[in-house]
Amino acid sequence: MTLNQLTAHEAINLIKKKRITAYEIMQDIFNQIDKVDNLIKAFLVINREEALIQAKEIDKKVKNGEKLPPLAGVAVAIKDIIATRGTETTCGSKILKGFIPPYNATVINRLREAGAIIIGKTNMDEFAMGSSTENSAFGPTYNPWDLERVPGGSSGGSTAAVAADETFVALGTDTGGSIRQPASLCGMVGLKPTYGRVSRYGLVAYASSLDQIGPITKDVTDCALVMKVISGHDNMDSTSVNLEVPDYLKSCQEGIKDLKIGVPKEYFIEGIDPEVKGALDKALKIFEKLGAKIEEASLPHTEYSLPTYYLIATAEASSNLARYDGVQYGYRAEEYEDLSSMYQKTRSEGFGSEVKRRIMLGTYALSSGYYDAYYLKAQKVRTLIKEDFDKVFSKYDILITPTSPTPAFKLNEKVSDPLTMYLSDIFTIPINLAGIPAISINCGYSKSNLPIGLQIIGKHFSEETILRAAFNFEQNNSVEKKKPSIKPVKHKGAKK
Amino acid sequence: MTEKIITKKEVEYVAKLAKLEFNEREKEEFTSQLNSILDYFKKLNKLDTERVEPTAYVISMPNLLNEDEVKPSLPQEEVLSNSKYVKKGYFKVPKIM
Repeated sequence: MTLNQLTAHEAINLIKKKRITAYEIMQDIFNQIDKVDNLIKAFLVINREEALIQAKEIDKKVKNGEKLPPLAGVAVAIKDIIATRGTETTCGSKILKGFIPPYNATVINRLREAGAIIIGKTNMDEFAMGSSTENSAFGPTYNPWDLERVPGGSSGGSTAAVAADETFVALGTDTGGSIRQPASLCGMVGLKPTYGRVSRYGLVAYASSLDQIGPITKDVTDCALVMKVISGHDNMDSTSVNLEVPDYLKSCQEGIKDLKIGVPKEYFIEGIDPEVKGALDKALKIFEKLGAKIEEASLPHTEYSLPTYYLIATAEASSNLARYDGVQYGYRAEEYEDLSSMYQKTRSEGFGSEVKRRIMLGTYALSSGYYDAYYLKAQKVRTLIKEDFDKVFSKYDILITPTSPTPAFKLNEKVSDPLTMYLSDIFTIPINLAGIPAISINCGYSKSNLPIGLQIIGKHFSEETILRAAFNFEQNNSVEKKKPSIKPVKHKGAKK
Repeated sequence: MTEKIITKKEVEYVAKLAKLEFNEREKEEFTSQLNSILDYFKKLNKLDTERVEPTAYVISMPNLLNEDEVKPSLPQEEVLSNSKYVKKGYFKVPKIM
């Protein structure tokens, strides 16, 4: 076994005990990247030299007997939608190719203060719009479990990197499921915090009332560790909430006897893969064995979540992406007649088709004559969806659902019909609309060895509870602990 | 065949608002895709939201303001560093008038 295959908490422990050095760990990490990233294509930028220097600094601290910060030596990969000072940040788009942020996002500063080592930026669907990472302007990322399949999206690069042991931990972002769905498709742990739990300062905005940054990790312990570091109030983000950050690691370890679990019936619909249903049923039995009480629940407005999301998110996106005009940074068209045509050509040449589709949808929904029928209507339905959750959380501590209706699908399978692609987020989207936290953890594998994810949902600021439920399930299930094979696919004369 | 919700002319108008331009093929494709999507959205009309308040912000928090104090900001060269169209501290753009 090589050091990159450890979890973050195992690595931290071995560094503390002086059994291995941070430098040795970093070497194994980069060896793995060199070995597999040409197949997986998780990374857009790799900061090798800087990372090795920082690893040496950690080792110096160890040698001097200094107290180590909580994530000392932990390699972290960052989704390319989060601003990293001095390192290119593209958001997976041509329109920001070459853009170098002059400041760090708050989460980056917090990770660095905690001793974490940022090793690079990861691939993603352009401006976080997508569920497969096929919308990246720089090519797709491939699922380490089956290189012919998608890793999910939009945080596909981050998730594939963790699954392939190219990094210990990654940061992703989640607006409609973009941390949880790839976590499910790649067998990793992915958590979307309560809206306002983690600062959005330095996060390039897609939909400001839905976006959240969160960790993608190999196990629940690592997730709790990272959450403790990145969470908390930030003066630079007026939507971040001034609530104390609990010791997530400590509360994980308590049991779940008498935990009241609701299973919303509207999530077990036609179109859900029978293997996903089977894995969920098996998982629920484990929760029962651990003393939790499980009952059927109802979220009656579930079926309205998708259109509500796609109206609100696209409307907010059309406003947030209006800033990309070629004037101060990023791509600028070379040929145009005047200022207006410069804007048009810059944006039309710089944005990909999914981004343009969503900007068009959002602009239409907000335009005069249609605002009430679409955007305002969607905001009212959002209230109804949120109230559904408020009602169930007065009765239950958590809800459990599948994360994704199917395991990882094949590349190109859903690209031609946007609506089909949108349906892959059907279980994750309502959570963003209500602003509540949710975690996806692996609960089994399909017959073709593809991971299946289970989603645990809590009420606002109940990350402790969902982490505790996830931890107890992880420690007590009989799911085989295995790693993806990352084998290249033999193309039997198929088109590349 | 579903009734057209948005016409090609409306697509052209929305594109103008969004400062985007499309060729004929793209306009046809967008018109068709947007129509399917908007048709799917019709289901929201099944809900009676007459007496429902819209949600713009999910957490019930007051509007927070910082003190109006001047703090160090970014140096000008850094702000200008991401564009190659720069002159004497300004960003250069095509003539407006």
